[in-house]
Amino acid sequence: MKAKPGQFLMLWIPGVDEIPLSILNAEKDGTVSVAVKKVGEATQALHNMKVGGIIGVRGPFGNSFRVSAGKMLMVGGGTGTVPLLFLSTIMPFGAPKPTFVMGAKSEEELLFLNALRTLCGEKNVIVTTEDGSCGFTGLCTEPLQELLGREKFDFVYACGPELMVRRVFDLTERYGLELQASLERLMRCAIGLCGSCVVGRFRVCRDGPVFGSKQLREVKKEFGVSKRGFDGRKVPL
Amino acid sequence: MLASGILGYSAEMFKHIEKGGAAAVVTKSVGLKPRSGYVNPTVVQVDCGLINAMGLPNSGIEEFADEIRAAKDVLTIPLIVSVFGFSSEEYAKVAERAVAVGADAVELNASCPHVKQTGSEIGQDPRILADVVRRVRKTVNKPVFVKLSPNVTNITDIAETAVKAGAGALTVMNTVKAMSIDTETAMPILGNRVGGLSGESVKPIAIRNVYDIYEKVKTPIIGCGGIDDWQDAVEFLLAGASAVQIGTAVATEGPRVFMAVAKGIDSYMTKKHFRSVKEIVGLSHRK
Repeated sequence: MKAKPGQFLMLWIPGVDEIPLSILNAEKDGTVSVAVKKVGEATQALHNMKVGGIIGVRGPFGNSFRVSAGKMLMVGGGTGTVPLLFLSTIMPFGAPKPTFVMGAKSEEELLFLNALRTLCGEKNVIVTTEDGSCGFTGLCTEPLQELLGREKFDFVYACGPELMVRRVFDLTERYGLELQASLERLMRCAIGLCGSCVVGRFRVCRDGPVFGSKQLREVKKEFGVSKRGFDGRKVPL
Repeated sequence: MLASGILGYSAEMFKHIEKGGAAAVVTKSVGLKPRSGYVNPTVVQVDCGLINAMGLPNSGIEEFADEIRAAKDVLTIPLIVSVFGFSSEEYAKVAERAVAVGADAVELNASCPHVKQTGSEIGQDPRILADVVRRVRKTVNKPVFVKLSPNVTNITDIAETAVKAGAGALTVMNTVKAMSIDTETAMPILGNRVGGLSGESVKPIAIRNVYDIYEKVKTPIIGCGGIDDWQDAVEFLLAGASAVQIGTAVATEGPRVFMAVAKGIDSYMTKKHFRSVKEIVGLSHRK
């Protein structure tokens, strides 16, 4: 089974943890790549591993971004760039180049900037950093708002911190645009059984992780507001 | 009905399960205090089913009371709250609160195979089990179901003990003790190292247990273990179950599995000229 953009896998670091990771690329021979940021015990352990170290993989899981003919706008925050980069590599031949708005905390956290500039064209990539070390200073939703006021797009894709994705959603609602957004939740089973990742009636691992505007409207009270913790309690985002 | 442990955190999900055709839902097991559960992997997908060791993650009954109230507001089907504790007092306290905020029944988890000092450690000892059931029975005025563990020497003895202590129904059964070891690293895969097996492969074990228990007790039996289509469900009814629960298959097939199973049972009844499901409960015991 070849993974599609938006899907994720469960990566087991023996003796440490098993975590969900967005798929960065899938080759014909079955090789898949992921990008891992050091954020906790599991990702730290992965960074400490040497080439040839053994990890376990389950997947791919979840649905994927739908590619549609038309002018596409992608908004990626932090490691949320990963599935969108994958998506931009499979654009149909002759399709207009996507516009990409990417945000990060600082210049060194801007992932795959050169690859994106090659894929989308230099002028179609808008960069923002919170500390102003590269591109616009601030959050990526600021130039996004300006862009949406200025240019027409057919489809918007978003992945990143949920507060950012929620802001993108609110903007696309205001401009009447269809959004496909990838959500992140605590994941345990990854096969739709344990309930750890539920948002409203949806299981992010099985019904998502990519949700359309209609579904997002249905879960407005939780989306960008709260998630469930390890003990099942709702915790604010 | 929805088996305990599957998607059972929120009112919205219970409603979604109801729309899928379930006639009742059982919550994830809830205890007195919040628990985070075990570190991942908590589920291993094996060829013949799933091995899990979640570790009873739950928000604790105080917090979960809000979810029970919310669920009761939206559900038109019975809500059964699965309860666990580390002593008979704890079981009784949690059950009391669950019923006070709207639970239509409680199902005592006397069978979780991977958390110490509760679950199957309660359900494997007839004296402790009887004490727990009796105490809960005295505390609440709603039906008390007891979910049994297959990991015992003689499940019919345990079933009789639970019934004598006041169980209103027996859920047969919880998962079978199991584990999976990775050959590359020589390490157990589950974070908790050991867990419980569910899915297709445990069905014949559950059928045998239901069959044996039906011979000994008159209390209604709820069959549970590896059901994913109507034939499985009918097999449980023929063995002696009056109702069935579905767990693992809800993950693989989605909530509509309930509708599909119910419709299949209806067609079977029509084809075989049975007027009521009651006519086939325990039918395989004819000699």
